[in-house]
Amino acid sequence: MDAATATLLAKYLGAGIACIGMGCAAIGVGNIFAHYLAAAVRNPSAADGQFPRLIFGFAVTEALAIFSLLIALLLLFAV
Amino acid sequence: MEDPIHQFQIENLFTIGHIGPYEIAFTNSAAFMLATVLVICALLLLFTRKDGLVPGRMQSLAELSYEFMAKTVRDSAGTEGMKFFPFIFSLFMFILVSNLLGSVPYGFTISSHIIITVAMALFVFLTVIFYGFYKNGPRFLKLFVPSGIPIYILPLVSAIEVLSFFSRPVSHSVRLFANMLAGHITMKVFASFITMLGAIGLVGWFGAVLPFGLIVALTGLEILVAVLQAYVFAILTCIYLNDALHPGH
Repeated sequence: MDAATATLLAKYLGAGIACIGMGCAAIGVGNIFAHYLAAAVRNPSAADGQFPRLIFGFAVTEALAIFSLLIALLLLFAV
Repeated sequence: MEDPIHQFQIENLFTIGHIGPYEIAFTNSAAFMLATVLVICALLLLFTRKDGLVPGRMQSLAELSYEFMAKTVRDSAGTEGMKFFPFIFSLFMFILVSNLLGSVPYGFTISSHIIITVAMALFVFLTVIFYGFYKNGPRFLKLFVPSGIPIYILPLVSAIEVLSFFSRPVSHSVRLFANMLAGHITMKVFASFITMLGAIGLVGWFGAVLPFGLIVALTGLEILVAVLQAYVFAILTCIYLNDALHPGH
């Protein structure tokens, strides 16, 4: 295998590995909504007031997924 | 067959002129931005013209979106944040309507181009920095020094706070861009399954029902994502502006 092929291989492998981070962040996002739903079922009257916080937590968790997506996109199209 | 990212192609509709080596053209992106602004103006100006005491369908849509955003801004940035309400409401309506127009077949999704979302996110970011220093002076830097932290881990916490502050425009812009891009590519990939299956004959026609049903479901999901991402963009703007208004944690 010559150097150019090895670089290409490493690039695509790296992009694939970076996407694992997105899967892990997906677990986190699922956790946030699961706990919100569990709490909302227990106390429905307080649920609406916490909706902005739910979205904030979701956005902050999703930011981590976005960083790994960014790494994958950079590897694919910029490196 | 066209590839799934052909929908993001920017095409010149007509050329206006040249500035140096750069061509200044009216593109399909600009056309959809103009359409977005026209739709928002029609919704907010034309349909509230009658000013009925009992609002009609379109008037209540305009009033609902206005009151919804006003409540969001007041809840997350306080009453002082209301001076930024016109800005946040414009951002929200622009992203919402442009995303929804992008969901229309043959439509162009403006926010699927990172330059648009980066421009909006950087504007918010710079507004936070300039207004924070304008209003609080050096006290704005208290943002990076949370109170009630033991002195020996304070440097570490401050470093993390600075890092997270400067990664805000990145995540703020890439979130909207990546969501719109990924959703629309997924839809077009499933659409290409239909044409592929349809090409193999009568059996394929029956098989194509499956991806077609999925596309209908995905379109519903895309509309949800379009509304949610507009809301997320607006509420994050509120939260970032809240830091400029009240920098102490």
